[in-house]
Amino acid sequence: MSRWMRLGLPVAAVVLALVFSGVVATLVLLFTGDDVVGFWRVLFTWPSERDLVDIINMTAILYLSGAAAAIGFRMNLFNIGVEGQYRLAGLFAGAFAAQGLLPGKLNVAAAILVAMAVGALWAGIAGVLRVWRGVSEVISTIMLNAIAGSLIGFLLVKWGESTGNARNTKMMPEDSWTGFFRLFPDVSDGAYHLSLLAPLVGIAFFILVYYTRFGFDLRAAGASESAAVSSGVSVKKMIVVSMLLSGAVAGLIGVPMMFSEAHQYGSAFQTGLGFTGIAVALLGRNHPMGIAFGALIFAFLGQQANLLNILAGVSPDIVNMTQGIIVLSVVIAFEVIRRLATRIEQRQVATQLDAERQGDTALKGASA
Amino acid sequence: MTKDLQAVPAIELRGIGKRFPGVIANHDIDITITSGTIHALVGENGAGKSTLMKILYGVQKPDSGTIAVNGHQVSLSSPSDAIAIGVGMVFQHFMLADNFTVLENVVLGAEKIAGIGDDARNRIRQISDDYGFDLDPDDLVEDLGVGERQRVEILKVLYRGAKIIILDEPTAVLVPQEVDALFDNLRELKDQGHTLIFISHKLDEVLSVADDITVIRKGTTVASVKPAEVNARQLAELMVGSVLPSPSTEGSTVTDKVLLEVIDLELDDATGRPELVDIDFAIHAGEILGIAGVEGNGQTELVETIIGMRRQARGTIMLAGEEISEWSTRRRRETGVGYIPEDRHRHGLLLDAPLWENRILGHQTRPPSVKGPFLNPPGAKADTGRIVSAYDVRTPGITTTARALSGGNQQKFIVGREMSSDPILLIASHPTRGVDVGAQAAIWGHIKRARKAGLAVLLISADLDELIGLSDTIKVILRGKLVATFDPQSVTPQQLGSAMTGADAISEERS
Repeated sequence: MSRWMRLGLPVAAVVLALVFSGVVATLVLLFTGDDVVGFWRVLFTWPSERDLVDIINMTAILYLSGAAAAIGFRMNLFNIGVEGQYRLAGLFAGAFAAQGLLPGKLNVAAAILVAMAVGALWAGIAGVLRVWRGVSEVISTIMLNAIAGSLIGFLLVKWGESTGNARNTKMMPEDSWTGFFRLFPDVSDGAYHLSLLAPLVGIAFFILVYYTRFGFDLRAAGASESAAVSSGVSVKKMIVVSMLLSGAVAGLIGVPMMFSEAHQYGSAFQTGLGFTGIAVALLGRNHPMGIAFGALIFAFLGQQANLLNILAGVSPDIVNMTQGIIVLSVVIAFEVIRRLATRIEQRQVATQLDAERQGDTALKGASA
Repeated sequence: MTKDLQAVPAIELRGIGKRFPGVIANHDIDITITSGTIHALVGENGAGKSTLMKILYGVQKPDSGTIAVNGHQVSLSSPSDAIAIGVGMVFQHFMLADNFTVLENVVLGAEKIAGIGDDARNRIRQISDDYGFDLDPDDLVEDLGVGERQRVEILKVLYRGAKIIILDEPTAVLVPQEVDALFDNLRELKDQGHTLIFISHKLDEVLSVADDITVIRKGTTVASVKPAEVNARQLAELMVGSVLPSPSTEGSTVTDKVLLEVIDLELDDATGRPELVDIDFAIHAGEILGIAGVEGNGQTELVETIIGMRRQARGTIMLAGEEISEWSTRRRRETGVGYIPEDRHRHGLLLDAPLWENRILGHQTRPPSVKGPFLNPPGAKADTGRIVSAYDVRTPGITTTARALSGGNQQKFIVGREMSSDPILLIASHPTRGVDVGAQAAIWGHIKRARKAGLAVLLISADLDELIGLSDTIKVILRGKLVATFDPQSVTPQQLGSAMTGADAISEERS
C-alpha cells in the first residue's frame, strides 16, 4: 500500500468521525429544541488566552492518562484502574514531598519517582493476579479503584490535616513548588513546568513501542498472543511488565498540577481523569501521536463546555455526549478503514501476481 | 439405476461465477450430477471447490450462472433454502457439541421434524440401522471416535431429509481403515437413492469410490471423466495442469551426530492426565524423522514441548549435547531451533503486520533484526528482501501485510525465515497443509536442502505420501505414545494406517 494511503486513510477516518459526531449532536439539540447555532458558535469560538492555558495544561494531563491506558491496550490489557492508580500515587507523592526530606527540586524528582512506583505497584497487583490466578484485569482494576478511593480517605483521616471541612496532606515546602511557563504576558500563570512530563512520556513510549525489542514483543503479544508465544515471548512476563509500566505512567497524571498549583494532595486534586484517559487512548488508536491529538480534542471540548451554559444556555452535558459519540465513531471508522485497506491490499497483490503469472506463461510459451 | 432417474440430473450447474475482491474464485463452472451417483469433485487447494460447494449449499450467492436441482431452477440464499430442497452438507470440520448426545446434536435446530423425544430417537435409530451407521442416539459425542462423529454429521443431514449430500473432504481426518468404512456407508447411501458429492484431493480414494469425476482447476471445470478412463497420475495432471512433483529423498545424508535427543518425555494436561507417554527418540544431523499419526494423538503436544511452550512432567530434551528441558522458548530458539508451526495464522505470523516485521517474529533477539535492545528495521528489511527472492515468495513488496499473501506464499516466507540464522533443528508441522502444488514442491525442496545442509528435521504430517517421500525414519504416534518405527523405503500407507489406529490385527484380517 502506498505511503499516502497508510497516512491518509486514518486521517480521513478521524475527520469523518468528527463530522458524524457533530451531525448527531446537532440532531440531538434540534430534538431537544436547544440553541443549535449558539452551540456551534460557542464551540468554534477561539478560546481566550486564559482558556488556552487551561487547554494546554489539560492536554498534557490527559496525554499522560491516555498513554497510561494505551500501554495496557497495546498488550490487550484493559487497565481500567488508571483512575485509582493516579489518585493513590498523587497521595503518596504529595505526602512524600511534604516531608521535605530532600532539598528543593531533588525533592520533586524523588516525589515523581514515588508517584511512579506507587502507580506501578497498584497496577502490578492486577497484573500479578492475572498471571497467577487468571483474574481478569478488568474486574481487578475496577475493584482496586474502589479500594484506592477508600484507602485514600482512610489515610487522609489518619495522617492528613484539616483545612476547613477538607482533609489534605501537609503543604509541601516552598522550594519544592514548581512554577509555570508563562505563555501570554496578560495571564499570570501558564503551562505547568511538569507538563513537560507528557512529551517526555510520549517520546519514551514511541521509542519503546516502535524501536525496541521489548516494544516488538509487546505489539506481537497484543496482535496475536499465540504467535508471540511461539516466537518465544513470555506472555506472563509481558502482562506484569506492561501493567507496571501502565501504572507508572498513570502515577504521573496528578503530578504536574499538584506541584504547580495545589502543593498538597487533597480536595483540589482532580478526579475522573483516569477514565477520560481510556477514551483518549481509544481516540488516539494507542499511538503516541494519536493520543496527543485525542487529548487535545478532549481538552478543547471540555473547556468550551464550560462556556456553553453561560453563552448559549445549552447544558454542557451535550459535550460529554459528543465526546462519547466521537470515541465510538472513531472506533467504528477505523474498523471500516482497516477492512477497506486489507481489501485494497489483497486486490493489489492479486492483480500484481496475475500479471506476473501471465508473464510466466508467456515466457514458457516462448521457450517451448 | 433406472432410466428416468438418469434423465433428470440431480444437480445442474451452468456458468457459475463468483468473484471475491482480488480473486476470481469460480468462473464458467458447468457440472451435471446424475441422480443416485457418487460424484467426486477434485482439484488442488485453492482451486475453488469449497466456494462452489458453499454456493450450492446457499452459504454464498453466485455472481452469475444458474443452479437447477432435480430439473427445477433454484435460487439459494441460505443453507435453510438448500435443506428445504433436499441438499445437505457435511463440513470438513465437525460442528458437534461434545457434551451433547448424538440425539441432542441431531435434533438441534431441527426440533420441528420429530420433536426431541422418542419420535426423534426412533427416527435416528431407523436411519442408523438403514445405512449401517451403528450409532446409539444416547451416546455422548465426546465419547465417539472421529469416524463415528462423521457419521453423526451425515446422520444430521439425512435426518433433515437431504437426498443430495455434499461431503467436503470427508477423509481428511480419517485413517485408511476408517476411510474404507466411510466408503461402505456412502455406497449404501447411493444404493438407497441418495446422490453424493464428494470433494477431495486424494485421488486413490476418488478413483475407488466415485462414479463420475469433475476436475476443477483455477476456479473452473476443466474435465469430466469416468474413473475407469483415467489413472491417478493422469487425474493429478488434470488437477495441476502440468507434470506432478513428488517428494523423494535422494541418498541418505544421515550422520552419526545426534542433534536432538528426547529421553523418557512425559507431558500431563492441566488435570494430570497423560498427554505424552514415554517418548524416546533421537534425530541425527542430516536426518528427517517423520511422525505419523491421526490428528490429536499428541503431535501438537510433542512439538510444543520440544519448542518449550509446554513444560514436560518428566523426561529430558537434549539439543546438540546440551540439556534444554528447562529452557524458555526464546532460549531454545536462539540456540537454533527453526519452527514451521502447524497453524501458520495463529502461531507463525502477525497477519496485520508487514512482512519485514514478520521477519523479526521468532528472531527478536538475533541479528539482523535487532541491535542490542533495539530493533534494526533496515537489517530486517534487507533480510526480508533476501528471503522473498531466495524462497520465491510472491509479494508486491516487503511492506505488504502478511494477511494479503496466499497460503503458499505465507508458508514459503515462514520456511525462509526459519531457515535463517543458521538453525540446527527444524521442526516442520504439516508444512504443506493448505498450500498449492507449486509451493508444496518448493517447500519439499527446502526441507530436503535443510537435510542436506546437516540439520536435524522433525517432520509432522498427515500426508502419508509426504512422510514416506521425505523421511529417513518414520515413527507412529498413537494416544501420546510412539508405537511403531518404520523404514520409509519399505512401508506402505496401509501399514502406517494400521499402526496409526492401533488396529494391526484387525487390518490384517481385512486385507
